[in-house]
Amino acid sequence: MRVLIRGGLVVGRQAALADVLVADGRVHEVGPSLSARGASVIDAEGCWVGPAFVDLHTHLREPGNEDAETIESGARAGAVGGYGALVAMPNTDPALDSVAAVRFVLEVGRRAAIDVAAAASITVGRRGQDLTAMAELVEIGVRLFTDDGTAVRDPAVLRRALTYARPLGVRIAEHAEDADLVGDGVMNEGTWSGRLGLTGRPAVAELVTVLRDIELARETGGSLHILHVSTAAALAAIVRARREGVDVTTEVTPHHLTLDESACASYDANFKVNPPLRTAADVAALQRALRDGEIDAVATDHAPHAPETKDQAFDEAPAGVLGLEHAAALTLEALGGLGSDPQRFFDLLSRRPAALAGLRGPRCPQGLGQHGGWVELGDEAHLVVFDPRRQWVVDRATLQSRARNTPYHGREMTGRAVVTMVGGRVVARDGAPA
Amino acid sequence: MSTIRGRSLLSLSDLTRDDLIEVLDAAESFVEVHRRTVKKVPALRGRVVASLFYEESTRTRLSFETAAKRLSADVLSLAVASSSVKKGESLRDTIATIEALGIDAVVLRHRASGAAEQVARYVPDVRVINAGDGQHQHPTQGLLDAFTVRQVLAERQGARGSETGSALFAGLHVLIVGDIRHSRVARSDIDAYAALGAEIRVVAPPTLLPPGIETWPVQVVDRLDDTLEWADIVSLLRLQHERGTGRFVPSLAEFTATFGLTVERLTRVRPEALIMHPGPINRGVELDAAVADAPAAVITRQVANGVPIRMAVLFLTIAGNREDEP
Repeated sequence: MRVLIRGGLVVGRQAALADVLVADGRVHEVGPSLSARGASVIDAEGCWVGPAFVDLHTHLREPGNEDAETIESGARAGAVGGYGALVAMPNTDPALDSVAAVRFVLEVGRRAAIDVAAAASITVGRRGQDLTAMAELVEIGVRLFTDDGTAVRDPAVLRRALTYARPLGVRIAEHAEDADLVGDGVMNEGTWSGRLGLTGRPAVAELVTVLRDIELARETGGSLHILHVSTAAALAAIVRARREGVDVTTEVTPHHLTLDESACASYDANFKVNPPLRTAADVAALQRALRDGEIDAVATDHAPHAPETKDQAFDEAPAGVLGLEHAAALTLEALGGLGSDPQRFFDLLSRRPAALAGLRGPRCPQGLGQHGGWVELGDEAHLVVFDPRRQWVVDRATLQSRARNTPYHGREMTGRAVVTMVGGRVVARDGAPA
Repeated sequence: MSTIRGRSLLSLSDLTRDDLIEVLDAAESFVEVHRRTVKKVPALRGRVVASLFYEESTRTRLSFETAAKRLSADVLSLAVASSSVKKGESLRDTIATIEALGIDAVVLRHRASGAAEQVARYVPDVRVINAGDGQHQHPTQGLLDAFTVRQVLAERQGARGSETGSALFAGLHVLIVGDIRHSRVARSDIDAYAALGAEIRVVAPPTLLPPGIETWPVQVVDRLDDTLEWADIVSLLRLQHERGTGRFVPSLAEFTATFGLTVERLTRVRPEALIMHPGPINRGVELDAAVADAPAAVITRQVANGVPIRMAVLFLTIAGNREDEP
């Protein structure tokens, strides 16, 4: 089966107008005016052609909460959003804290539309006490460990995890919010929370955990990843630590790049998320850092919740928003729209997250594709054709996700994956699964 | 253009001075109804008001239901504690059920901030009257506090409140004391007094001030003793220690010692000043027992004004049109 992607801006080592011929699941030829003989043709004029996106941070809810999402439906949402691979977060029920649990996700994931990798929890049951069988989990393909949803509360446990993981070449990822400072807060603490009478989660709760974690990474020499950084202050601490040589990476979500705390004024729980939507100044700082290359990846923190659970009072509804289907458009928006650098765009959505997820290069786990490439001869054909001009309106009724909790319902987006290809096979086209 | 007639009342934050005066004036006319032998007017005959209280509240609930009945409305009173809500029915489903019975308005009290806003979205054709949502707003309390202030100050001049418009609020010194952070009454009071032109000071331990207070139309004062003589109105808030807000201060005794209106402090309050409290009072915490019964205290006036204010709110939000004047 041959597919010719014709006339797009191919974003490889350079960005240049070219055709891409895909055959037998690989990039067969890249160049101008390739022959379409025997191939089906995808018109990519005006589009960016690059490596399919890789999400570092997806909550697939299976096992345990299939009402909200399944591996199959989440992968479908990813395909429509331009993703070729995603990393399933381990805060399922039961948690992905054992070889058996991770194997289950990987096996179900093999039948899904796109590649499904898995993160495992740092501690058994995400209880913050005993380390999971990290070495065995690495054997079956785990490259990220996290107790996401909460930080590891006990610094001695986190220190042990960073130390133990060091020779395994994997990263310890932290949801950096201090549980005691957060208390029962439901939105950013500040002028809006005070007015709305909602309990706040202060920015300093993120900062103190980031500072603690950085010092533990510095001291242990371990590899740290800060999930969904949301405040200017925590981001500055990460940037500073990295300059000082600490091995710390970070990601930012599309919603923290494009929404601020004022959205909570409607008391619509679709704007309730942890860490919370922050101030307009924080949003501006995150966007600036994104453009300056200070942030490693855009990660969705796609967090589906069954509709009836979100349709409650703001302080009673669970936290989390959908992400996969509109992340790329929002990334483009945060980067500055059509004029933004396509290399940066693919670095943030594909190459860096693929590297952090271990889905790039020789350490790629068995059974999963090599993602985040340069669209070069011989590459596995995990590709996306992204139209940076395509306008569309988010409609929660037509999402592929089983859940409906998008904060962008009714919002016009610019930019959409028009074709997503995994292993040379088209898995989504024009916002619908293929 | 009135923003109160025919519309839900969720918060006082978006009401103008004219809106507030309209409610106060309407309430004054309903005080007169109260003095008649026949206390009922037919203003809302045939209309149905549902009263939905998810939180215990004796006084607010009674005064709303009394107000509705005096306006000849039918009242559907849902006792949440014994209803299907206890069986896990969601707020949306409960509201849908009540709406299906054909109601014109729902009076809602809920422990969650924003619950009234949410219900207003669920049932756009029904007027929603917020009877207190979490730590957010308690609009009718704010209105009755302003009404009481105007009523008492006007009486001293031998005038009716409605003859004074908003003039008595201009530059009036309102001091609000205590747990501003967790108080829906404080938020509504401040919105009302600020819109009416008063000067507002708040005094509380810093742990009981809301985040962002510097953006509110108030001046924060650190010590109660420094500002007692300034006040024309001393408005005390309930310290809700039963909800754990006592954790924000070392002890109730220390709170009383530093921020309580004791008999000793009362001697430094100007003689013509009014002392207010939304109730229920923690005697011996926010104020000494004797202070609540001092002549300056208008706490029972506040309670009495609950019914006419709620009649005014029900009438304006439900009937709305000027040709329906009582």
